[in-house]
Order: sequence, then structure tokens, then C-alpha cells
Amino acid sequence: MEQATAKGPASGAPAADAFPIERVRAQFPTLAREVGGVPLDYLDSGASSQRVGASIDAVADYERLHHSNVHRGSHTLSAEATELYEGARATVAHHLGAGDRREVAFVRNATEALNLVARAWGDANVGAGDRILLTEMEHHSNLVPWQQLAERVGAKVEFAPIDDDGLLDMEALKTFLERGPKVLAIAHVSNVLGTENPLAEIAAMAHDAGALVVADGAQGAPKMPVDVAALGVDFYAITGHKLYGPTGIGALWGKLDLLRAMPPFLGGGSMIRKVTRAGTTYADVPARFEAGTPAIAQAVGLGAALEWLDTELGMDAVRGHEERIADYTLARLAEVPGLKVFGPPRGAGRLGPVSFEIDGIHAHDVSEILDRHGIAVRAGHHCAQVLMERLGVAATARASFGVYTTTEEIDRLVDGLEDARRVFGL
Amino acid sequence: MEDQLYRDQILEHYKRPHNQGVVEDADLEYEDTNPFCGDEQHVTIKLGADEKVEAVAFEGKGCAISTAATSLLTDELVGMTREELLRLPKEYVLELLGIDISATRMKCAMLGLKIVKSAALGQPAEWEDEGEAGTPAEAATF
Repeated sequence: MEQATAKGPASGAPAADAFPIERVRAQFPTLAREVGGVPLDYLDSGASSQRVGASIDAVADYERLHHSNVHRGSHTLSAEATELYEGARATVAHHLGAGDRREVAFVRNATEALNLVARAWGDANVGAGDRILLTEMEHHSNLVPWQQLAERVGAKVEFAPIDDDGLLDMEALKTFLERGPKVLAIAHVSNVLGTENPLAEIAAMAHDAGALVVADGAQGAPKMPVDVAALGVDFYAITGHKLYGPTGIGALWGKLDLLRAMPPFLGGGSMIRKVTRAGTTYADVPARFEAGTPAIAQAVGLGAALEWLDTELGMDAVRGHEERIADYTLARLAEVPGLKVFGPPRGAGRLGPVSFEIDGIHAHDVSEILDRHGIAVRAGHHCAQVLMERLGVAATARASFGVYTTTEEIDRLVDGLEDARRVFGL
Repeated sequence: MEDQLYRDQILEHYKRPHNQGVVEDADLEYEDTNPFCGDEQHVTIKLGADEKVEAVAFEGKGCAISTAATSLLTDELVGMTREELLRLPKEYVLELLGIDISATRMKCAMLGLKIVKSAALGQPAEWEDEGEAGTPAEAATF
């Protein structure tokens, strides 16, 4: 594997020729494989990104050399494992602009992070008759836990609408916030539309209205620099496997005072201060939210992936690449007859993914035929059925991008779509 | 060369499905979705005086495989008893389709059969519907 040494630019979206695409691609072993005799064209990073070599190696090193349980015992391996695990926490905190690494709790994925907030914070702070505000573009992970909370406590769930371009209707949002919801749960970036919600502005509006802001960063964090302090949100959820790291690891960032006021989520080892027959007192954060032996190797892998992103590329460059690929995709897809894109039109700041349908071909059939060309896209409702209902479709095909996506891969997508039209006699 | 999966017959049934719509005064009715993709189908069945299927219709959104499968299946149901509907094996639909169905598309191919059985049963019919086709007895259990 090529050893990358050059540092990415510190800030500012660089020109296209400054993005080291070949060097990046060389660090992702999966990209070297073929599917059906042709090179893999992986346009499904929104579902799960491929793993960067730095993360794979960090996990392997941990498993081969350092594994033991964390926060237990005083032997050397336990100390090494603890140091690596806590080091990963510090990396996540730094990556997200968190001032204090105690504000980062490791969880399985963004879904678990959002469930943690809905359970631990929600059960203690949301009651009968209270309002919970979501948006129409939420992934089920940031929707179902809130519906479940509403059912438990007798609260009411409301949905802030999107406009016909797939942007959040800010006027309507204001109206919904004026009704005084306890919490606004909102995606940073839509997993279907590629819409980026202006979180800083929204968080200020929500706080003025007395609502807490829970941000689902599953899609946002892989595409741009995240600074939770600047965004002003109260909670931010990420998942490792969309950030070029392993599955089974994610993180919840929360404001320290909020986390400290929250009761535990799951009970068990590690999350206690003292257990007696009469009862238990709980550990301080973040241990309070990390019951049982955590996903140590996966946390180390996530830390390594974030370190790679920050030191090799820089998240400003990552964003620049995402915008260029999204823009190129929108331009090329406009050439395909009968193809309709869902989400904001071409323009500054438009991110991926790009979801679309082709008149006369169901998304599943599009995906099936693209797979014959080695092209991986997702077809279906994308775990966003409220949004699908709003868009008036049962399913869409979705091309989503990563740091390794090239314009040539988008050209292959367009050729594959032409073949799908041919197969269907269009 | 004809496509191995999207054969002319499949595409014909996808573009112009048979038995589209809703049967008036239906005796049996069921609607379900494929949770994998959100596709929906709604089947209505009218039984004759002899308790055999007199008319059947379906509506919904679906891919080429699910739409063609239900179109082909509903072509065959008139004259069958409820008991016979419940006994229909997965292979019956696969033979009607006449194409190799991969594990990932099995749910698409079986959506219509599952809904027809559920309608005949009056409650959700369940069976292991991924991978290989199951046995008729398995298909009627719930």
C-alpha cells in the first residue's frame, strides 16, 4: 500500500486538482476488487463506507498485540487497551470540536446514540402532552425512538415540513417551534435528499423557543468539518461505519451538564460507582452510558479512521470533494431521459447523496441492472418512509459518495442507467 | 439477445399487468408491503356460490419482479378454493415466472403469493421467504 505522507490543506475547499484522489483510493483495499469481472464502482457509501487501511491496520494491531478489557485490572495489556480506547475517545472529541472528551460516549451506532437520548434524556424530561418536533426528512433512527418515547409518556410528535426542493421550510419550522416543543430532533444532512440543514441557525431558533436540539450526524459528519460548539446543538450522533471505520461503533456527543443530569441508559458493569444489595450509585459520564465491555477494537478503528481523515485530507477538502462529485452527478444525470432527481437542485453547497427514479423502471430493477456493471447503489425507502410518503414514491435509487468517488465512476453510472433503459425497452 | 431476468414476458406483465384494480364486493382482501423496499400490493378476491374464486384483482406499486409475479399468479386463481390457495407452494410462482430468482429478489417474487394466502387465511400468512423456495405445508402455516 502506498504510504501517504503529504498533509492535506489546513482549510478552505481546494481546487479539484488538489484533491489527491489516487492516493486516497490506494488506501481502500476493497476498491481494488472486481464485481462480475469489472472494477467495483461503489456508490453506496451513504449506507456504509468502505474501510480505510489505517483503520483496518489499527484494529488488527489492537487485536494482535494489545487486547484486554478496559478500565479493569492493573496489568499491562489492560492499561494498553484502556489507553487506546480512551485515546480513540479523545480523537472523536477533537474531531467533533468537543471541549471535553467526557462529552463523548461510545455506542454501537448513530441509532443507539439517538435511542440513548430519547430514553435517558427523554424519559426524564418529556411528559404527557409535551411536543416532540422532528422533520419530514428524518431517517427512521431519528424518528422511531421519538415515537416510542411519545408512546411511553403520552407526548405528541410533529413533523416540520420540507419544500418542493427538499429544503426544510424555515418559516414552518419557526411556527412549529413557537408551539414550544421540548426537543427538536433533526438530521444534519438528509440520507435521501443530500440536503444540509443549517444547524447553527436552527439550533439558535430552537433554543430561543426553549427546545433542545438533537442532531443526527450519521450522514453529515462524513462529509464536512463538524464543530459542535459552533453548531450550538445539544447532542450530536455519529456512526463509525460511514466514516471509513468499523461497524458496531458510534458515538454520542452531548453537552456535559446535560449528560451529567441524565440517568443511565443500560445497566451493568462499568457504569456503576458502587453496587450494594440495597441499590446502585452510578458512575460519572461517559462511563454511565457504557455498560458492559465496549467495542474496544472498533473504537480504536474509528479513532484511526478519523485521524486519517483529519491528518491526510482535512474535512474541508472532504467537503469540497463531496460537493464536486454531487455537482457532477447532478449534471450527468440530467442527461438521462425520464430521470427525476429528488432533493435540492445543482448549486453551491449541494451535497450527496443523489436520489432518483427513472420513469418506467422501478428502483430495484435499476439497482439490479447497475450491479451487472459492478455499480453498487441502494434502492428502496432508505429507512425514511415519512419522507417517501412526502415525495410520493415507494422507493428511489440512491447514489452516495465517499472520499474515493471519482467522476469516472459517475460516468459509468450514467452508462449503466442507459443499459437499464435499453433492457426495459425505453 | 433476450435478458435472462427481464425476459419479454416479465416486462410485458410489468408494463401491462393483468387483473389490475379492485374486485367489487370482495369476500377476501389483504394488503401488505415488502418491508425491504416499501413496495405495496392490495389483493381483492370474490368467491362464487361454490366457494371458489370467481374474480381476483390487485393494485399497488412494485418492481418488475413483484408486479409480474402477482400478475401471472392472479391469472391462475379463478376456480380455486380457499384451501387450494393456502396450499399453493412457492414453486408455483417460480414456475410461472420461469426465471432464476436470486435470494435478494425472492421477497419481491413472493409478495403476491403471501398476500393471496393472507387474504385466504384472513390473517397474515408467514413463512421463511428468503433464499430457497419452501414447502407447501410450510407456506400455509402461521
